[in-house]
Amino acid sequence: MLEKILLLLSLSLSVAEGLCKPGVGEAYKVRFSIKTALGDQAYPWNKNEMFLFRAALAFAMRDFTNGEEFGVSDIHPCNETQRVSFWFVVTRPNTMDLVDKGTVEMAIKKSRNRINGAFLLTDKTLEFDGIYPTLAAPVSPDTPPWLIVFGVVMGAVSVGIIALLVYPLVQRKLKKNMDADDEDSDEETGVKTAENGANDGIYNSTFSDDERFTQM
Amino acid sequence: MGKDAGPEERPKWDNKAQYLLTCIGFAVGIGNVWRFPYLCQIYGGGAFLIPYLIALVFEGLPLLFLELAVGQRLRKGSVGVWKTINPVIGGVGIACLIVSFLVGVFYNTILAWVLWYFFHSFQEPLPWSTCPLNESRIDYNLECKKSTPVNYFWYRETLNITPDIEISGSVEWGMVICLASAWCIVYICFIKGIDSVGKAVYVTSTFPYLVLTIFLIRALTLPGATDGLLYLFTPDWQTLTNPRVWLDAATQIFFSLSVAFGGLISFSSYNEEKNNCERDAVLVGVINSATSIYASIPIFSILGFKATTAFNACKDENILALTNYFEFSDQNITLQNYDYWYEYLNTTYPEKFQSLSLRECDLQKLLKQSVSGTGLAFIVFTEAVISMPGSQVWAVLFFVMLFSLGLSSMFGNIEGVLAPLNELKLLPRWMPKELISAVICLISFLVALLFTLSSGNYWVEVFNGYVGSVPLLIIALFEIIGVIYFRGMKTFSDDIYIMTGRRPNIFWKACWMVISPLLLLVVFVAYVVVQAQTRPTYQAWNPDYEKFPETEEKLYPDWVFAIIILLCVVPVISIPLVALYQLLRGRFRKSSVGMELNPYDNDAFVTDTQEQKTQRA
Repeated sequence: MLEKILLLLSLSLSVAEGLCKPGVGEAYKVRFSIKTALGDQAYPWNKNEMFLFRAALAFAMRDFTNGEEFGVSDIHPCNETQRVSFWFVVTRPNTMDLVDKGTVEMAIKKSRNRINGAFLLTDKTLEFDGIYPTLAAPVSPDTPPWLIVFGVVMGAVSVGIIALLVYPLVQRKLKKNMDADDEDSDEETGVKTAENGANDGIYNSTFSDDERFTQM
Repeated sequence: MGKDAGPEERPKWDNKAQYLLTCIGFAVGIGNVWRFPYLCQIYGGGAFLIPYLIALVFEGLPLLFLELAVGQRLRKGSVGVWKTINPVIGGVGIACLIVSFLVGVFYNTILAWVLWYFFHSFQEPLPWSTCPLNESRIDYNLECKKSTPVNYFWYRETLNITPDIEISGSVEWGMVICLASAWCIVYICFIKGIDSVGKAVYVTSTFPYLVLTIFLIRALTLPGATDGLLYLFTPDWQTLTNPRVWLDAATQIFFSLSVAFGGLISFSSYNEEKNNCERDAVLVGVINSATSIYASIPIFSILGFKATTAFNACKDENILALTNYFEFSDQNITLQNYDYWYEYLNTTYPEKFQSLSLRECDLQKLLKQSVSGTGLAFIVFTEAVISMPGSQVWAVLFFVMLFSLGLSSMFGNIEGVLAPLNELKLLPRWMPKELISAVICLISFLVALLFTLSSGNYWVEVFNGYVGSVPLLIIALFEIIGVIYFRGMKTFSDDIYIMTGRRPNIFWKACWMVISPLLLLVVFVAYVVVQAQTRPTYQAWNPDYEKFPETEEKLYPDWVFAIIILLCVVPVISIPLVALYQLLRGRFRKSSVGMELNPYDNDAFVTDTQEQKTQRA
């Protein structure tokens, strides 16, 4: 019994190794740039991290196929390098049939954020060769912000223009009312009426500088 | 004080500071920020300062002094002044009027662009930092991908530019409202003439210096700033042997000081007569040049920072490619040991290395990418701002600074239009100055709608290159000739003696009589010759061009060429026309009206003195 199990295991392993061929068929390449992403807090890459990757990918497959019981053993990595990059293939649970590239791609796309999160990486630092991250839709608010700023500036300028145009007119009206009151009350003071008269007259600059002209 | 009835008293500056700030604001404009650093860079850095300062001393300061003195003594705007000196050269004032109007129209369009960018700087992230998605939402917009997001934002989202000046496209509504805002802001500052302008310049003339200082401090702390500064100031003495350098220095000084617009004459005519205009002229000229030099320091620090960022990005790209290809451990190749690895891999695996076709990363080449004008402000600078932490703040500050610089120059342009109009007595007396200013702003706005078309940028460059150049040189030449030969050096010296208390010394006299006219003539002739040598071309943004994102060089079509000729000729045609008219009038009317130089001339007494004369005779 034990021998049979061992035989089956080794067979499956060897078959699996044969399954995962870099660049061929349904294999995907993945690249990790942990030091670039995390700097000092980078964790070292080891077998445990590889296990986490296989688990995350199995989760992605389960999530996408709605329940098909993918396990860690269905993700077969190979050709691991120092870069931290390797190829992998996915097989259907309990069989040796490879899952086609398209399905794998869609599964990864769906759960990309979860896979990234498991490794504290981003779309750029956890690269799946050939699977481009869906671009974030640009935020477009209902009212473009620039119109708001424009509205504020133009509002202030319009208020200013109206104020500057209306204020002297209002002042003049007030002054006229005040002058009318003054005229009624100070009819005897000739000086004041002369002043009022002078206000409406023509300012004659010839008399401002007498010495220049009186040469005699 | 008569308001509407009878002759109005000439407006006055509240204090000397207002006058100086207005003149400095007029002279210091956007060109000090985006034209001078560029010239400094392409003409051998520190060495360019020599022809620049020589041109300032022998050409700029004499012209400035001349205009300020003439305006202050004769106490009239640009039309009245030349009419007073001799009616034959009265056309110079009309030429100033037309040039000021045309320049004001396109200059405010540039301010409208600055406003657009200012309004858009209040977003997170800045709209020119990323490309928009294309229709299928799978990839970025193609035009944006091929060029850069900054280029795309400028050419497509701001201007919506057409590939050719002949294709006018449609009116851009976003730009129209920015243009309306710009003209409204100009109007509110000019609403009460120099009473409101004098208050506005306290802000618009001083704020740019504050922002430049802030930028200076920030820019000097950016990585790569020293590379930019070294590149700017390392003198290349060889360039001094190139006559083109001297020509450009003389041209730059001339256009930078904003002489020949008539605005300076008007501004100084509002001064009291006994004012030391010699000192004012030297002050304004020196401050203008000092501002140019001061502004080039933060500009070049930021350009150095931008070049360094691009250089590091290029190296990062190559590092990633090498790490991925050779499967090295992550971060084995860093920016520091990049050169070592580059050499090692190139020599050890030459074929594999070549197959990667890595981009050549050259810092000097990146620093050499010099830009001036709108390219500097709206493309290069906006790109640099994205990489600076707190981008929105820097963008807002920068565009407000540009706007103040341009606004204070616009004051001079508008004054150069309004004062002559008042003196030509074309407008009815009952119109208050607020209404006149409003009408002028409205007409200018309507004319400037041409620049809000999709091909507007090309037209702005046409105006900038031809209206703002040749006519000004001609006007300045006639101004010097008018003052020195029509008014006479002796009378002018007396004028200056009355105003400042001493006669102009031998330096000023030599400049006015010989050196400055000669320099101006040389610049004018050389300018015309250089322009006439090649058929004028323009750079078009054509997404279908095979070398896109490079701009395509196209020839101006014939009808545009005709318009260019018109733009050069129409402003200055008034000079010979008026001269001819006056000469013919003088021929047919024997009696010549004496030129009354008396500034206290009161029209009410003219008939009396004539009667007295006839009585005595």
